Amino acid sequence: MANILAVDDSASMRQMVAFTLKGAGHQVTEAVDGQAALDVAKGQKFDLVLTDVNMPRMDGITLARELRSLPNFKFTPILMLTTEAGLNKKQEGKAAGATGWIVKPFNPEQLLATIKKVTG
Amino acid sequence: MSIDMEQFKVTFVEESLEGLDIMESVLLDMHPGAADAEAIDNIFRAAHSIKGGAATFGLGDIANFTHVVETLLDEVRNGDRDITQDAIVLFLSSVDCIREMLSADQNGEAVDHAHIEQIKAGLDKMLGSKQESEPDSSVSDTAASTVTKENGWKIIFKPFPGMLRTGNDVVRMFRELAGLGDFSAVVDVENLPPLVDMDPEEAYLNWHITLNGEIEKSQISEIFEWVEDDCELEILPLVDSNTEIVAANSNEMDEITEEGTPVDLQVASPPLERRAEEDRRQESDRRQPARKASSPESSSIRVGIDKVDDLINMVGELVITQSMLSQLGEDFDMGRVERLNDGLSELERNTRELQESVMRIRMLPISFAFNRFPRMVHDLSAKLDKKIELTMSGEQTELDKTVMEKIGDPLVHLVRNSIDHGIETPEARKAAGKPETGVVNLNAYHQGGNIIIEINDDGAGLNYEKILAKAIERGLVGENEDLPEEKVYELLFEPGFSTADVVSDVSGRGVGMDVVKRNIMALGGRVDVKSVPGEGSTFTIRLPLTLAILDGQLVRVGDNTYIIPLVSIVESLLVDQKNVNEIAGKAEVYQLRSDYLPIIRLYEVFGVEPDRRSLDDGLLVVVEGDSKKGGLLVDELLGQQQVVIKSLETNFRRVEGLSGATILGDGTVALIVDVAGVVRLSREDERCSNNQIVAA
Repeated sequence: MANILAVDDSASMRQMVAFTLKGAGHQVTEAVDGQAALDVAKGQKFDLVLTDVNMPRMDGITLARELRSLPNFKFTPILMLTTEAGLNKKQEGKAAGATGWIVKPFNPEQLLATIKKVTG
Repeated sequence: MSIDMEQFKVTFVEESLEGLDIMESVLLDMHPGAADAEAIDNIFRAAHSIKGGAATFGLGDIANFTHVVETLLDEVRNGDRDITQDAIVLFLSSVDCIREMLSADQNGEAVDHAHIEQIKAGLDKMLGSKQESEPDSSVSDTAASTVTKENGWKIIFKPFPGMLRTGNDVVRMFRELAGLGDFSAVVDVENLPPLVDMDPEEAYLNWHITLNGEIEKSQISEIFEWVEDDCELEILPLVDSNTEIVAANSNEMDEITEEGTPVDLQVASPPLERRAEEDRRQESDRRQPARKASSPESSSIRVGIDKVDDLINMVGELVITQSMLSQLGEDFDMGRVERLNDGLSELERNTRELQESVMRIRMLPISFAFNRFPRMVHDLSAKLDKKIELTMSGEQTELDKTVMEKIGDPLVHLVRNSIDHGIETPEARKAAGKPETGVVNLNAYHQGGNIIIEINDDGAGLNYEKILAKAIERGLVGENEDLPEEKVYELLFEPGFSTADVVSDVSGRGVGMDVVKRNIMALGGRVDVKSVPGEGSTFTIRLPLTLAILDGQLVRVGDNTYIIPLVSIVESLLVDQKNVNEIAGKAEVYQLRSDYLPIIRLYEVFGVEPDRRSLDDGLLVVVEGDSKKGGLLVDELLGQQQVVIKSLETNFRRVEGLSGATILGDGTVALIVDVAGVVRLSREDERCSNNQIVAA
């Protein structure tokens, strides 16, 4: 199945996402913030990146922008996990190269359904 | 697929409490009007995470509450709102509220709704008229979609050249559309440049899609949701003459896909593929039994990765030693005794290091207990109109998690006392020639196997005369008794003792200092006071680093070995018969200098056969538990050693006079004497016998 990079500064969200994805047979690498994710991403290829927006050191939007500049991540789907119902963050994310978003709160079923869209 | 969210809740609560601590400490350092962006960012992020997590893990109340806090903080962050003193106070109260709600949820208690509503009302008021009820987008969405259910759609989809660079994939979207109904697409290659000019990363093709079937418009918009801004998109209902045909088609559609007849391109196959996938998923669901929800009591502990690495290393070495020894055992002869001894001492070293490493896992820096004090000092000094600076040192000093949990309340009490009784008002301080701002200092450090915590203030110091007068008034001390200074200060820890002229809201009811002492004693520690009039007082708490290991004195009574905790032993002496007195014919007391100690014959307490029953030249171990002294009669003093405490309650049942058991080096079980319990037992016996005498 898909090899997924899950980025969130909240340990409980990370646990939930990782547990859900692994349960569905995906392979998951976790990162605690944008910077950590970028460090991991530089040496590896992923099928999908799931990232929180608000994080210390490097936020999800900067992460998306940075990832898009790596040859490995030119077309890799990047999904933002965002609580912002408003359009601002979504547009900001899109402008930075994000593929789409999942609005928090989401449950495991919703997460898997959305993942399926991009991992096909 | 159902995943039990409870299992993540413990982590969520823990990280939320950490987030709240961060919010609190940042807020305490914040000054009205001068918030720096990073500080605001930090608290905003904490609130944001709590809100997101709470909503995810089914804590709606917390999510709603935190949402208002977050909105306010967002306004501050964006510069739309100034940070005022009122706002800081309100945010601090909100932190308390969230904490309260979290712990209520953890412990299954009810929350104080009135209080929370009150704070929330304050927050709402602060948000003020700015917060107009936003139109609920989800409601309007569904309202719109119910009216637009049609039998088919025509979709004109013109991706902008850069669309592919966001990782969105046309094939993916078409596959999803095909999953909704009968899909056919006509490609428009008008914009396709000659091959040489083509940039493979750009999108050139436009599409005219027909989608037949009973489909809601929102289902289609959802598929294009992520690319709305990256394309030109028109979704039009099919309303021309072939509507009926479309309807007919859609009825047959299920059948067609069931048979796997390709409808168009490769995008028709997904329904089957999807079904197969779903099967697989269900299967994996079954294989993955839902983990049991963890109960609120089972708390977890965060361990630094370096500590775990240490452990793994240690285990590695242990395995090496073990295999070395077993090899040696296979063909052993006396010529290799030296190697055996080497191996055994290696094993001993490994075991000791492993033990220390395991113990370290339970160790946390004392900053966990200290962290609440900045807030408390801040609040209390405002309340009492005092100027107080709190300084802390040695926050990284580690101690056992259980000890930490139990020392929290006594510490709070002592710090409160220093603030309330120790530090004087600014005027009084000025008059005494001291700086207006008083200093309370918390300090922690290791000493031997103990942790020492000092609470020091530069206030007025303890009032020797006043305490003595009070003690005499209460009959704790005789009129003309001459007590050394420390003895007088120790009176502070007597039940019901308070010298405060006015009982304040903060402290002074005399309830507590005795509890403080009792709690510390229960942890196997002790507390001392030092004070210099006019210069301040220092309370020193001395605690064992862990409750799992105890420094013990081994004693023998007949064939049995008992362990007396070293901390409770005052001294050991040979009985001099002339100091033994009998009271009321039954109870024996021993006169030790000015004290009379009840003599406790351990063999009687535990019903065992001793070597000797006579007191003359017997061995008396003078112990102190719960500030009551007693002399334990034993047959022999053996060595001192560290013992690992095994609970009697979990392995057997609770036994009066014993606090646990341990296993000695030779494999025998030794019981650990509960000194306070044994002393109490002996006093009860005395009282019983006294009563009997009275009754007779």
